[in-house]
Amino acid sequence: MAHPHAHARVSTRTRTRVRAVRRHIADACLLLLAAAFALPLAWVVLASVDPGADLRVRVPESLTLGNFRAVLTPEITYTPLLNSLILCGCATALTVGCAALAAYPLSRFRSRLNRPFLLTILFATSLPITAIMVPVYALFVRVNLIDTLQGTILFFAATQLPFAIWLMKNFMDGVPKELEEAAWTDGASALQSLLRIVLPLMGPGLAVVTVFSFVMMWGNFFVPFMLLLTPDRMPASVSVNDFFGNRGMVAYGQLAAFSVIYSTPVILLYVLVARRLGNGFALGGAVKG
Amino acid sequence: MRRRGALPGFARALPLAPAVVLLLLFLAGPIAYCVLIAFTDLQLTGQAHSSFVGFANFRRAFGDPAFLNAVWLTLVFTVLSSIVGQNTLGLALAALMKRASRPVRAVAGAVVVTAWVLPEVVAGFLLYAFFRREGTLDAILGWLQLPRQNWLYTLPILAVSFANVWRGTAFSMLVYSAALDEIPAEISEAAEVDGAGGWRRLWHITLPMIRRSIGTNLMLNTLQTLSVFGLIWVMTRGGPGDRSQTLPLLMYEQAFQNSMIGYGTAVALLLLLVGALFSVGYLRLLRTEV
Repeated sequence: MAHPHAHARVSTRTRTRVRAVRRHIADACLLLLAAAFALPLAWVVLASVDPGADLRVRVPESLTLGNFRAVLTPEITYTPLLNSLILCGCATALTVGCAALAAYPLSRFRSRLNRPFLLTILFATSLPITAIMVPVYALFVRVNLIDTLQGTILFFAATQLPFAIWLMKNFMDGVPKELEEAAWTDGASALQSLLRIVLPLMGPGLAVVTVFSFVMMWGNFFVPFMLLLTPDRMPASVSVNDFFGNRGMVAYGQLAAFSVIYSTPVILLYVLVARRLGNGFALGGAVKG
Repeated sequence: MRRRGALPGFARALPLAPAVVLLLLFLAGPIAYCVLIAFTDLQLTGQAHSSFVGFANFRRAFGDPAFLNAVWLTLVFTVLSSIVGQNTLGLALAALMKRASRPVRAVAGAVVVTAWVLPEVVAGFLLYAFFRREGTLDAILGWLQLPRQNWLYTLPILAVSFANVWRGTAFSMLVYSAALDEIPAEISEAAEVDGAGGWRRLWHITLPMIRRSIGTNLMLNTLQTLSVFGLIWVMTRGGPGDRSQTLPLLMYEQAFQNSMIGYGTAVALLLLLVGALFSVGYLRLLRTEV
């Protein structure tokens, strides 16, 4: 009768060993893929501190901060980054504000219109914004909003709004309604209970919506490329392209240094919310890249 | 106690107003305007007024070799980078991460996600440097004794497709990681004990169980890929010639370099229609899910 027992033990041991081998294979494959993904990233980091940087990944012979010093001028870095900050900051504030207001009735009150409204919003989240940039340009020329900061901010906010409303509504649904009821009996208005009770309770959700909107706008090239014309108003996403494209002989080390400076804020912001929320932006299926 | 129900419907819907106004003015407005001017001969060069030309822009598009070329390249770009590249690689990464040890998983995840979070233009630079004649890929091929070439010149559409895979795979990886985590461990273990090999398990158990995620992911990847502009613009400007000129780049060129706003918009409208079709498909998928 010992036979089946021994058999089971052997097979368990074999399976454990098979699993260990499999883990090593998976580790090796994953490291290989990660290395392939890391090569372009390694170039930008290494080239930014390499006095003789070219287009190849290589360990610099000596380290320098010269590339950073060369690009840290008002013309190349400070003005474009400030423009980016104003543009994306204002548009994010507008998006988050409008989304929080809109999400409240959608989450709290039952109405026959909620479902069609949410479906329209969801439909709008996946429209290719690139496709409407030519008509937006033509429209902005007509109504004198072309090359204005406020016009670009309003358009930016509108493009991020559908997804922000969708996310915000889902987060707001997670705040129990009972918590508000006490405030209602005290005669608080909907706006008061939204500001004092609901929003403070959905801090992480609010952070995700804010960071996501900001990161999307910070990296967006096409919208400011089309809607802004004056070089002084250009955010970093567009100015860096001029810096790179129109100067004939390119200083690759400086380009890399600028790329590092320009990318760092969004990476830090991402890390901030990813840490806070475990799986970051992977919120079920309703995520958009 | 004052009941919420006492509030009139109008007052309840009031908080929606700012969002609705913004969406109508800056999203629905341009789309309506897009439909309108796609049927006119509007140009950039300050002509006093444009006139209605019916379907002339669309007829012109379908007879225009540049347009047909762009449609073909957009198709290649989308199939290669989104459907084959991001989707398959994302699933592979997610499956490997499930099996790999914790530190390896963390490192790989961080690298892939960093590529995704980087601004589009920066991603464009990095891959331009990677594919250039003097770039990293060339050095690696030389080291492996493989034939070397200037990828951005010989196969620009392949280079930009790889660039899009590099940049966009993280999204698929996150979606599939979440989907794989939802498969009960007992099911895959039972199949393993029954002696089902890796591929059979993948085909008969894993893929059917995550088919909703596959649908959602394919749809969103495709929509995202259809509207890629900055990445290609930075890497190749649509060139050399028109060999990486996808629809968004053609639209831009027609509208601004050739000053044909009406024609550029007609191209844009076609792109928007394709996007809208995918969007409806995506909604239907979510609807069956929720």
